[in-house]
Amino acid sequence: MNWTWFHRLASPPHVYALAGRLTPWFAWPAALLIAGGLWGGLVLAPPDYQQGDGFRIIYVHAPSAWMSLMVYMTMAVAAAIGLIWRMKVAHAVAASCAPIGASFTVAALVTGSLWGRPMWGTYWEWDPRLTSELILLFLYLGYMGLRSGLEDTQRADRASAVLAVVGVVNVPIIHYSVTWWNSLHQAPSVMRFDRPAMPAAMLVPLLMMLLGFTLLFVALLLTRLRGEVLTRERAASWIREALSP
Amino acid sequence: MSAPGVALAPERAAALAVSGAGAAWLALLRDLTLAFRRRGQLVQPLAFFAIVTLLFPLAVSPELTRLREMAPGVLWTAALLASLLALEFLFRDDAYDGTLEQYALSGQSLTALMFAKSAAHWLLTGLPLALMAPLAALSLGAPAAAVAGIVASVAVGSVALSLIGSIGAALTLGMKRSGALLSLLTLPLSLPVLIFGARATQLAIAGEAYLAPLELLGALAVLGVTLAPLAAAAAVRISLE
Repeated sequence: MNWTWFHRLASPPHVYALAGRLTPWFAWPAALLIAGGLWGGLVLAPPDYQQGDGFRIIYVHAPSAWMSLMVYMTMAVAAAIGLIWRMKVAHAVAASCAPIGASFTVAALVTGSLWGRPMWGTYWEWDPRLTSELILLFLYLGYMGLRSGLEDTQRADRASAVLAVVGVVNVPIIHYSVTWWNSLHQAPSVMRFDRPAMPAAMLVPLLMMLLGFTLLFVALLLTRLRGEVLTRERAASWIREALSP
Repeated sequence: MSAPGVALAPERAAALAVSGAGAAWLALLRDLTLAFRRRGQLVQPLAFFAIVTLLFPLAVSPELTRLREMAPGVLWTAALLASLLALEFLFRDDAYDGTLEQYALSGQSLTALMFAKSAAHWLLTGLPLALMAPLAALSLGAPAAAVAGIVASVAVGSVALSLIGSIGAALTLGMKRSGALLSLLTLPLSLPVLIFGARATQLAIAGEAYLAPLELLGALAVLGVTLAPLAAAAAVRISLE
């Protein structure tokens, strides 16, 4: 098998150009899917018989919550690749993931809390999923705090990679212990989204939003990655050629 | 050298041609010896634990019925913070005087040496905390019958805390103001320990069977013993590069 394409991924100029070329291929489908999903979810889908129009926040909440976990996984995998094969670009990918993931986590928390106001009658309920989401936010903040605390880029890369890998081992343990904790202290919420029973008019926009958010993440990641590569390689000579028109 | 005891361990290890376990044992003894020469520092986490416990009756209410309800949460929050407080010193002196570099260069398994350091941290903070926790619990209105359960849960849970903490301490090595960052790194990872520990304590105080959460705490401790020294050793190597 020909592995040149893989080895070229270790070269910053190649990655910089490749990320630039790929970005529109993800950004445009993301924009279309999100626009279509929002139209379908906010306008076409019928109101829920129990929650009325309040359920519509799921079209932003569920994809954000899904992305918050997926970005963490991506970050940990990239960090592990960087740690094992000492690939600088992989570390740059992990570093670019963190702020995006933290933003998705904040979006999931804010929308979850807004949804809770009409449904639970309070902005914050110690629901296991919201609590896990909050802990995930602290994991992201810790990762970014460690990165910014270490001045040497190489050390910051490798130390934060160890933290990301440790975190990914812990995420399921934290999730299940929080669920266990919650089942002791609180009756399960009456209203749960019953995904399989969801009619197609509600489900299809949700799936479009999920796919749209995933593509949006890739587009954002590629853009951030370009910035990250530029910052890291600011002393290199290829940058002058790449940036001069 | 001004402090002969400090850089001695690897040399002694070489002189005796010890195995990995032997080197870890020597590192453990060295940490304990150094700690007992500075007894004042040894008492600090315990005093901290006691004073955090004291805050709650003063801040909330002196009624024993209310305090008894809060006791598990208070005990475990205080234990978590006390363990965290002692973490800052886990590697600091060794990083300053070069002992950590000697460890890394000694040819012995750094993972085993990291395990020894965590074991010393547990013997110096976790175990004393476990012995002191019943006193605090009694003062918060827990019945005397709960003592065994409280000692067991704090003793087992603090093993996991020491090991998780060693990763955070190794990652923040050499940073000037690492205290807040160390808490931000360590506390989210320690939450399962807090949850199961508080639950075991709560059941012990209520006089019910507390074995299930205690076993889960044990599982976390075993997981910590297996994986945390590896991660801590990797983090120490990164800090020395």
